[in-house]
Amino acid sequence: MPALTHLQRLEAESIDILREAVAEAERPVMLYSIGKDSAVMLHLARKAFFPSRPPFPLLHVDTTWKFRAMYAMRERMAHDAGMELLVHRNPEAVRLGINPFTHGSALHTDVWKTQGLKQALDQHGFDVAFGGARRDEEKSRAKERVFSFRSAHHRWDPKNQRPELWRLYNARRNPGESIRVFPLSNWTELDVWQYIRQEAITIVPLYFAAQRPVVERDGQLLMVDDERFVLREGEAAQLRSVRFRTLGCYPLTAAVESTADTLPAIIQEMLLARTTERQGRLIDQDSNGSMEKKKTEGYF
Amino acid sequence: MNAQSLLIETDIERYLELHRNKSLLRFITCGSVDDGKSTLIGRLLYESKALLDDQLGALDADSKRFGTQGDALDFALLVDGLSAEREQGITIDVAYRFFATERRKFIVADTPGHEQYTRNMITGASTADVAVILVDARKGVLTQTRRHSYLASLVGIRRVVLAVNKLDCVDYSREVFDAIERDYRAFAARLDIAEIVAIPLSALRGDNILEASAQTPWYSGPSLLQHLEQVHIDSANDSGPLRLPVQWVNRPNLDFRGFSGRILGGRVRPGDAVRVLPSGRQSTVARIVTLDGDLAEAGNGQSVTLTLSDEIDISRGDVICAAADPAGLADQFEVHLVWMDEQPLLPGRSYLVKLGASLVGASIGAPKYLVDVNTLEHLAAKTLQLNETGVCTLTLDCAVAFDAYAQNRDMGSFIVIDRLTNQTVGAGMLHFALRRSQNIHWQAVEVDKSARRRQNGHAPCVLWLTGLSGSGKSTIANIVERQLHALGARTYLLDGDNVRHGLSKDLGFTAADRVENIRRIGEVARLMVDAGLIVITAFISPFRSERDLARHMVEDGEFVEIFVDTPLSVVEQRDPKGLYKKARKGELKNFTGIDSPYEVPERAELHIDTMQSDPETAASAIVEYLVERGVVKLPS
Repeated sequence: MPALTHLQRLEAESIDILREAVAEAERPVMLYSIGKDSAVMLHLARKAFFPSRPPFPLLHVDTTWKFRAMYAMRERMAHDAGMELLVHRNPEAVRLGINPFTHGSALHTDVWKTQGLKQALDQHGFDVAFGGARRDEEKSRAKERVFSFRSAHHRWDPKNQRPELWRLYNARRNPGESIRVFPLSNWTELDVWQYIRQEAITIVPLYFAAQRPVVERDGQLLMVDDERFVLREGEAAQLRSVRFRTLGCYPLTAAVESTADTLPAIIQEMLLARTTERQGRLIDQDSNGSMEKKKTEGYF
Repeated sequence: MNAQSLLIETDIERYLELHRNKSLLRFITCGSVDDGKSTLIGRLLYESKALLDDQLGALDADSKRFGTQGDALDFALLVDGLSAEREQGITIDVAYRFFATERRKFIVADTPGHEQYTRNMITGASTADVAVILVDARKGVLTQTRRHSYLASLVGIRRVVLAVNKLDCVDYSREVFDAIERDYRAFAARLDIAEIVAIPLSALRGDNILEASAQTPWYSGPSLLQHLEQVHIDSANDSGPLRLPVQWVNRPNLDFRGFSGRILGGRVRPGDAVRVLPSGRQSTVARIVTLDGDLAEAGNGQSVTLTLSDEIDISRGDVICAAADPAGLADQFEVHLVWMDEQPLLPGRSYLVKLGASLVGASIGAPKYLVDVNTLEHLAAKTLQLNETGVCTLTLDCAVAFDAYAQNRDMGSFIVIDRLTNQTVGAGMLHFALRRSQNIHWQAVEVDKSARRRQNGHAPCVLWLTGLSGSGKSTIANIVERQLHALGARTYLLDGDNVRHGLSKDLGFTAADRVENIRRIGEVARLMVDAGLIVITAFISPFRSERDLARHMVEDGEFVEIFVDTPLSVVEQRDPKGLYKKARKGELKNFTGIDSPYEVPERAELHIDTMQSDPETAASAIVEYLVERGVVKLPS
């Protein structure tokens, strides 16, 4: 038999992690953010438990500000996988009408996503939550364990992490603790794209270039996805050929000008690009250690 | 533009095909503080174009703010990811980095060199194929160099790169490099390392990282990246016998019963004969089921689901093995243990051990010897402290399937978990099974516990009184025994002080000795319960895990934990034996409540507040509890 390629090794490791976490969990859940990493994670889950359906629901922590194409994809994927889809919207954020235009990106993200996630996990009593984060995304992620513990208050303590050796994951929880499990820890952005191509995984069309209405603001291209987009004086939406390297709330996710409308073209563009995918995310650029800070507070 | 970017630009399909078939090398970097590890990794990422403009931009800004290299890029800042590390200028945890060249994809475990973080090095090394050991050319082979080399060889890394860094600081001197290589080889000859490649480097200046440096014309070997691209990846398990620990039993409906797990050795085909451990039942593989269709064959490293042609009972933790060459099965081993917790190993305490997909109760004997990781000397020791390593006996509650670590890293490795904190406190490697325990068979007896119970007219149990010295345990225990005796029950009282005069007179009051004391008492209590008695014990027994150990020695429902709760201020004032006074003066060491902790019971069956009830009332409450539970009957 030929030796396994690195994608086969990564796939086998992720499946191993998914099965191990499910075997040790009482109430597992998969956080589903509709992006390409979530798509890969969901695909791996279907492989891990086949012919059974993945024995957990999908949870989308919604902000009401995702791209419309993402909502369409969400319903379709859950239906195709035959899995239950839970959607949580922080009722407080709904009541206050929190949005990125009037409240700013930091507050918007904290209330909808960080607080919303904690509420959803507490409400359903989930003890294990799968997330699609990768260690190559960001410096503080590079130090996170595959099985990453959160206190009863969902805080991450980076200095007090359990050592993880060989393929042995310690999933024993103290009362109130929960575990975030990251099956894609050792994948890189290139691995994810190659795997999507190899496995023909369906992803949101926004990753492919198309003519879309955008405005240029502070050097970034923002898509006017619906009528809630607040145009500043002198701004007008114009059609440009753009695509997205990462997906989130549409007012907080910058597009890149591109004509890449096939997977090889996207991968080619990514490899030749000189910026990381997170650069399109406006929330990461606040200050040094900002992701670490958000994570200790409970952001996924 | 290098060849890689050119290919990406001109023929992306070809590039993707090449990249798809790359192999994966995992390596670990280790060295002491200031050897330049982070700089080296930053340099590797930079040279392999794994860094992008926004990361370089951030690095440039950070270099000016925190950097130590003037206006030049400080690569260390790339990898020192946590705020705490930037502030202190150190690396505090193992981090994983990713980069790829034309031939290989790499995962680097960056591990810190500080003494207190040795556990992180073991963690990083446990999944590595190669270790890159950094030495500062100005300092040569240090204590920490030896320690890291020893630990790397201990976890089975057979290929080492000796990276002699900062050669620019010694004018690229060949003599310095040769002397360090000589020193290192002399030391490493005592370790089990198959291959050492020494490379002269300057991570800061980029010498011999990507290509041969003009500064070292006397060196004709490969650059670091050239070597890492070529080094052989050992995969001994590929050709070994089949090992598949079952992680999850896959039952989508009544007609399908599959066993999901990752192959940790050998290969499997439908029709292969397998033996399942620990049951020893045999069957043949029917199908290898995946979402992409059934496979004709699967090999080491793959995650699969098997179905068997016979209906045999298999659960999580069982191991499906090649029938002709199954794994061993044992419950007692000689192991090499690395301790990773602030709390030292307590020999005899009950821990959990995770091995494959099995989680079992375990105890660890006192070390046969400890290895001084600096001198490799074997030293006598009673315990293992944080970051210490030694050889011990591991005893499990039940037999598990295993291979020796030297044969199969995944089948012979385990972690130790503390039952109370749930922390991973140790990691170990199985050397071999100890067969002695298998020569002592349990003697089947005809007059058993239930026969004695019928004759006695009551059930046996342990009344385990725990509380501070002077809380009134012995007084209450005496009254309970008197009352039970009056009811016609057969009783025995084990008192702390009395036991210390005989059974445990060789023991002191260190934490380790307390564990052994409680283990002995628990064992005696278990025998007495088997003999049908109601055993009353009155010991401080300050540690939860030891009380739990005693609890687990008898059957469910036979252990009644009674917390005799008196505040420290009150017992200290009573001080019937004058012990608190002595302890406060420092004349008594390790005295519970003063300089040794008392862990309050969390699930005691009975809680007696001595501020609310006198000893007679307390004793009556205990006897009433036994009546309610049907252990003893009141005279009708």
